[in-house]
Amino acid sequence: MHILETKAINLHYGDFHALKGISMVANKNTVTALIGPSGCGKSTYLRLFNRMNDLIDNVEISGQVLVDGEDIYSRRVHVDDLRKKVGMVFQKPNPFPKSIYENVAYGLRVNGINDKKFIEERVISSLEQAALWNEVKDKLNKSAFELSGGQQQRLCIARALAIQPSVLLMDEPASALDPLSTSKIEELIYSLKKDYTIVIVTHNMQQAGRVSDYTAFFYMGTLVEYNETKIIFTNPQNTQTQNYITGRFG
Amino acid sequence: MKISIIQRKRYSQNIAFWAFRLLSFMVVAILFIILGFLIYNGVKVISWDFLTEMPQDGMTKGGIYPAIIGTLCLIVGSILFAFPIGVLSALFMNEYMKDSWFKRFLNQMTNNLGGIPSIVFGLFGMALFVNKFGFGDSIIAGSLTLGLMVLPVIIRTTEEALKAVNDTFRHASLALGSSKWQTVRRVVLPIAFPNIITGVILSIGRVSGETAPILFTVAAYFLPRLPQSIFDQVMALPYHLYVIITSGTNIEESRPMAYGTALVLITIVLIMNLVANALRRYFGKKVKMS
Repeated sequence: MHILETKAINLHYGDFHALKGISMVANKNTVTALIGPSGCGKSTYLRLFNRMNDLIDNVEISGQVLVDGEDIYSRRVHVDDLRKKVGMVFQKPNPFPKSIYENVAYGLRVNGINDKKFIEERVISSLEQAALWNEVKDKLNKSAFELSGGQQQRLCIARALAIQPSVLLMDEPASALDPLSTSKIEELIYSLKKDYTIVIVTHNMQQAGRVSDYTAFFYMGTLVEYNETKIIFTNPQNTQTQNYITGRFG
Repeated sequence: MKISIIQRKRYSQNIAFWAFRLLSFMVVAILFIILGFLIYNGVKVISWDFLTEMPQDGMTKGGIYPAIIGTLCLIVGSILFAFPIGVLSALFMNEYMKDSWFKRFLNQMTNNLGGIPSIVFGLFGMALFVNKFGFGDSIIAGSLTLGLMVLPVIIRTTEEALKAVNDTFRHASLALGSSKWQTVRRVVLPIAFPNIITGVILSIGRVSGETAPILFTVAAYFLPRLPQSIFDQVMALPYHLYVIITSGTNIEESRPMAYGTALVLITIVLIMNLVANALRRYFGKKVKMS
């Protein structure tokens, strides 16, 4: 069974038709990259899976979004439970104005976990998973704002991992970072694949090529082409895809 | 000699900047002139006795102790009433309500509430709290009236404080599976809190200085004893000032007392502002560090 699936999704912001009949699937423990020019709907599509589009007024969605085979827009699904299962990392690092430790512990605390020892173990293991532990182990009680941008972003990844989601959504997670921090994030994505299913939106074609197993090309709200990354990059079936990945537009 | 365009631009810019500088100095100057005037005229009556004794001899001698206590009671009472209601309604409007005609309506009504003249609040407070609720002229009636008056100030500043909290924090919290209320309580409020305090600062300034709302609801013309409960009348600084300027038994002789009273009133507002500012800085630091 596919862990993520959308069936004929249409999404309107007021009069604007942002997603036009998109059907797609993603398998467990894969990395799927969503690429396309600005405004093509890739971020909007990503936000379907943890229902972040709900926060915007005047959004209408039709079709089905399935996570683990369950229609997440059905009434039986509680959105807080969904977001425990489907974590998210945002474009700009957005740690809370709290300590490094409390940032990672936050997701556990709001989900009702109070066991000190358990929280501590989970904070450590999440920071380790996010390849940040060695850099912050001596200053866990310092403000998260003292970290560099790249470290903050890895902290945000650790924060998302702490509640052990099965899916991780990443919305251009490296676009605000320098090249070195970017490559660290990319290595991280590669290593996280064995435990998580990852969907990543990116502007950077090379990045999509490096980190993803599957690539979906969006254009003007439609899914133009979706295939294994190496096929998309070596032998795209659609001329629009080819033009985009060769840099002729976008 | 012809002046080049560059020179002309530079001259006109210099003239403009000097004008701005002058105007902003003027604002500060006005404040200092008022302060200086009060200090010059009032400082000679200020003494420990002036602050701690009852008025005597038709308010030409003695102190203003009961009026100071009365004003402090009214500040605390009105803030106790207006702060929770104001903050909670701002929270509701800003964090929970979706954009709708009803929200715009509430917003507009809040603005209108802020535009009501204070004497009208006084009249309303008298009709509702003093007469209808039967509180009589009392601290509670005065506090509620003043509270109503500063409610829009607190709502507005709280709303501004909440709007200043970047949405990325809300999104980060919600994306971790926290509820809206958890997000508000654990993330939004701590960040906004220092700025919410500003609302309280502004309100304190207004509460301690307003005369009209307390005229018919709490203020006593002359009451040389301290209140025993919230259902007692009190003297209050602004009203006391009004009384000794306009209707004392010997206006000329009580003139220095008036300046002294004004000085005390301003000093109280100043001290409150400093305390609130310190609180604000303290909480601001805590948000950054914790």
